[in-house]
Amino acid sequence: MTATVEKQTATAPSPRHAASDRSRSEARLGWFLAGPAFAVMLLVTAYPILQAFYESLFDYRLTDPANRSFTGLSNYGVILTDPVWWDAFGVTVLITVVTVAVELVLGFALALVMVQALRALRPILRAAILIPYAVITVVSAFAWQFAFAPDSGFVNSWFSFLGLAPDTDWFGSQGSAIFVICLAEIWKTTPFISLLLLAGLAQVPEVLQEAAKVDGATWWQRMRKVTIPNMRAAIMVALLFRTLDAFRVFDSVYVMTAGANGTEVLSFLAYRQTIARLEIGLGSAVSVLLFISVVLICGLFIKGFKVDLSQARGE
Amino acid sequence: MSTREKVGWGVGGLLIVAYCLFPIAWIVSLSFKSSSDISNGSFLPTVATNENYAQILTGDAAELFLPALRNSFGICLIATAIACLLAMFAAYAIARLDFPGKKLILSTALAVAIFPVISIVTPLFNLWREIGLYDTWLGLILPYLSLTLPISIWTLSAFFREIPWEMEQAAQVDGATPWQAFRKVIVPLAAPGVFTTAIIAFFLAWNDFVYGISLTSTSASRPVPAALGLFTGASQFESPTGPIAAAAVLVTIPVVVLVLIFQRRIVAGLTNGAVKG
Repeated sequence: MTATVEKQTATAPSPRHAASDRSRSEARLGWFLAGPAFAVMLLVTAYPILQAFYESLFDYRLTDPANRSFTGLSNYGVILTDPVWWDAFGVTVLITVVTVAVELVLGFALALVMVQALRALRPILRAAILIPYAVITVVSAFAWQFAFAPDSGFVNSWFSFLGLAPDTDWFGSQGSAIFVICLAEIWKTTPFISLLLLAGLAQVPEVLQEAAKVDGATWWQRMRKVTIPNMRAAIMVALLFRTLDAFRVFDSVYVMTAGANGTEVLSFLAYRQTIARLEIGLGSAVSVLLFISVVLICGLFIKGFKVDLSQARGE
Repeated sequence: MSTREKVGWGVGGLLIVAYCLFPIAWIVSLSFKSSSDISNGSFLPTVATNENYAQILTGDAAELFLPALRNSFGICLIATAIACLLAMFAAYAIARLDFPGKKLILSTALAVAIFPVISIVTPLFNLWREIGLYDTWLGLILPYLSLTLPISIWTLSAFFREIPWEMEQAAQVDGATPWQAFRKVIVPLAAPGVFTTAIIAFFLAWNDFVYGISLTSTSASRPVPAALGLFTGASQFESPTGPIAAAAVLVTIPVVVLVLIFQRRIVAGLTNGAVKG
């Protein structure tokens, strides 16, 4: 739009002044209206992360504030050479990869069923699928924890035919604890992915599907050659959002294991350093590193997979 | 579609409903178990009892749960209202005006939305203690804006873009004053979008756990998820499982009611903002 305006004004010099005046006042009004929201967003995120970076440069414990001293980047050195960080990093990556992969496949299946389901069933499905999305993560974590816990659950007795002892402690060892954490996360967030994919499915041109059908393509061929390539953007956006969301997993881990038995994730590590151990300097450094990881993941998606975020902006 | 296919997709649909409701049904069932029945190893209680609800509403645990409920409602409503108000102006500017920095504002909203919450908590924990915002409502409302504001800007600008703004001029041509045109034409068109945005933003704030446990220490401001996470039972010998389940059911009810009433709008809001639909 601006281009056309400029073209017109270039040929007719007299209204040019008026047009630029107008665009200037439009810009002023735009920032006047959107500025407060923009400022608040920066205030609640950019400012704290800068503060965190500043504090990460100090050896600073709240229990010993007199001995606060500037140590430069040494906190980062301490963290990056500590296996605690790398263990938490590994667990976080594992949970992220497993949940996002399963959610993508399961979410796609849910979306396909929703597209095909009878008209009468659709409102019921839509309401049902929103419930996991809307339920508090802590509530979902408790529901799954209680289901698997030997003293309150039913899972051990239901699956005793698989050889599960009634006192199987799912949260006692790393593998099984992470399994339950992943289950809870998958249950809670698959609906969100499936809604995004459903919107993507609606964008696949019906004509292409029909044409492929006429040409004798099987269901699987149509899926691979028509449906999925046409909704690539929607899939990528869903993947990006969920990966970043999964990478900051915290609530389920806190509720189910409190990071015990090799289930500590990065968010929990940052929480434990700052809030529980009052190591402001180290905790801040973990926070900054977590932030950098998220930025790197985001950059990887945008550059590596060429996710077009203007798609995400609905433009 | 053949009848057989129809039945197949129908069964698939029912499976989805079961998948979505199963953990909810489980926590409801658990909340009706008596403390001696909790470990019966089966899905349903042997005898249904309301003792858990009595404990969190009028009994020993009431002083933990009820203030948390009040805090959650108050803090989340205020954070949602502020976010929606700010986002309304921003989204109007983004949808209707052409100005440099529009992209910057939307990208910032996206960046804030994917920001790891825990990275904000660490510095705020220290700062809030120094300036006296630790364990206050305001101390949670401010960081909650980092949850509610980006999604509000995002969702609302998608909604506002679809409003036929010409109708405002049309009404003025027909003799309406600018105020009448705004109130009678634009407000009714924009209201559903604003309302939907408010619901989605409220869900995000209502779900928060990290800020809740890190920036509060007493029932003066502790919200429900944090209270649930820190709940340890009336005495150390009593398992808190039943009361936690009952509290979990109670805080899930408002969410389920909102979902049932506004499902169509919520889906539109969620997907409009994220994928062009």
